Amino acid sequence: MCLAIPHRIISFIGSNRAIALAGAVETEIRTDLVPDAAVDDVVIVHAGFAIEKLRQEDGAELEKIWKEVTELAGYPE
Amino acid sequence: MQDTPSNTPRERIAKLSRALDRIVDRRIKVMEVCGTHTVSIFRQGLRSLLPASLELVSGPGCPVCVTDQAEIDAAVSLARMEGITVATYGDMIKVPGSGTSLLEERSRGMDVRVVTSADQALSLARNCRDRTVVLIAVGFETTAPATASVILDARSEGLENFLVLDLHKSVPPALKTLASDPLVKLDAFLLPGHVSVITGLTPYRFLPEEHGIACAVAGFEAEEIMIGLLETARQVKTGRLAVASLYSRAVRPEGNPAARAVIEKVFTYADAPWRGLGIIPSSGYVIREEFAQFDALKRLDIPLSAVPPPEGCLCGEVLRGLIEPPSCPLFGCECTPNHPVGPCMVSTEGSCAAFLKFHQGGDNPWED
Repeated sequence: MCLAIPHRIISFIGSNRAIALAGAVETEIRTDLVPDAAVDDVVIVHAGFAIEKLRQEDGAELEKIWKEVTELAGYPE
Repeated sequence: MQDTPSNTPRERIAKLSRALDRIVDRRIKVMEVCGTHTVSIFRQGLRSLLPASLELVSGPGCPVCVTDQAEIDAAVSLARMEGITVATYGDMIKVPGSGTSLLEERSRGMDVRVVTSADQALSLARNCRDRTVVLIAVGFETTAPATASVILDARSEGLENFLVLDLHKSVPPALKTLASDPLVKLDAFLLPGHVSVITGLTPYRFLPEEHGIACAVAGFEAEEIMIGLLETARQVKTGRLAVASLYSRAVRPEGNPAARAVIEKVFTYADAPWRGLGIIPSSGYVIREEFAQFDALKRLDIPLSAVPPPEGCLCGEVLRGLIEPPSCPLFGCECTPNHPVGPCMVSTEGSCAAFLKFHQGGDNPWED
């Protein structure tokens, strides 16, 4: 029920509707909740509404966690 | 860390599993509270990679599963009313009420339509002016903004034949109830990814600060879930408790303010019933008086009184992480995905359905 799927916006229909692509499937979505969404943005779509833009992973954050846990676990051996 | 980028996913998962083995040095209990996490954990067999001392339980992360029996009965009673078209998300249609389900009502000729978006329900109302369309609006913070948006649309368009049976619920108050439950005894929450997209991190701060519970928001891939678990284990081991976000490509610390503004405009808070958890204070999003014309509970005469859960059904205990699904006497015999008794078996994101479908050694009940 809280499933959300990334879609790429390919065109807009008016101010708050867009055609978006997930894999090979084209869907009409609402963009009201992500007012600055633009063509080519990848948005997470839940129940027909874009709820957020997907950004590049913050690699530094995961890197930091990895470093801390591997130290805590005694890696590298 | 220097070797992780070149590792294969299998090697990285193995390394994460070994790291968990080393870090977890006492018995800890982690609860995930997101249906998508539940399914991902079972489908990818992650439980088999965890140390024996890390107990991972599934909490109330599936909106369909926590919908109270009385609320389901209300949805079914709507379908029987003259002139009503019920629009429902697919997960709800098979949930058994005290008598029938929406699916059974449809098979009797009642007008029940499956929609994948609140917007489709609104379109139905626009295109069927001689009928009243009622959207069965279940869901947490992820779904509530969509419902709020179509209510605003209906008002601006002057649509009088669109109503909402509003069953939306808020996740943080439920976590507070679980954190305060002396039987549940949690060390950590793996927080929901898509609810947190809307809420941001602030609403969870009371968990580490007031209840001493570690928290991490995680994505849905195997590696992301394992890293989320590692982060909670790290917090427990070091005592440095916080709300960590490991899903930063989608979750901003402040959440989605536009979505929250729409929620605030249309809904206010009220106490709400949760299956298995009882009445939770300020956990229901209810339609504000200003939008009462779209509130099915106010416009139509629908009974909404307390109803006991089906006899023998232990969904409540499953949702609090007190028992595993197979400990329910109905699991897999009287209660199966084809003939569900309780909602945890109905929704594909329900703990019982996920356990039955994916657990190692289990038969696939969908294949017969």
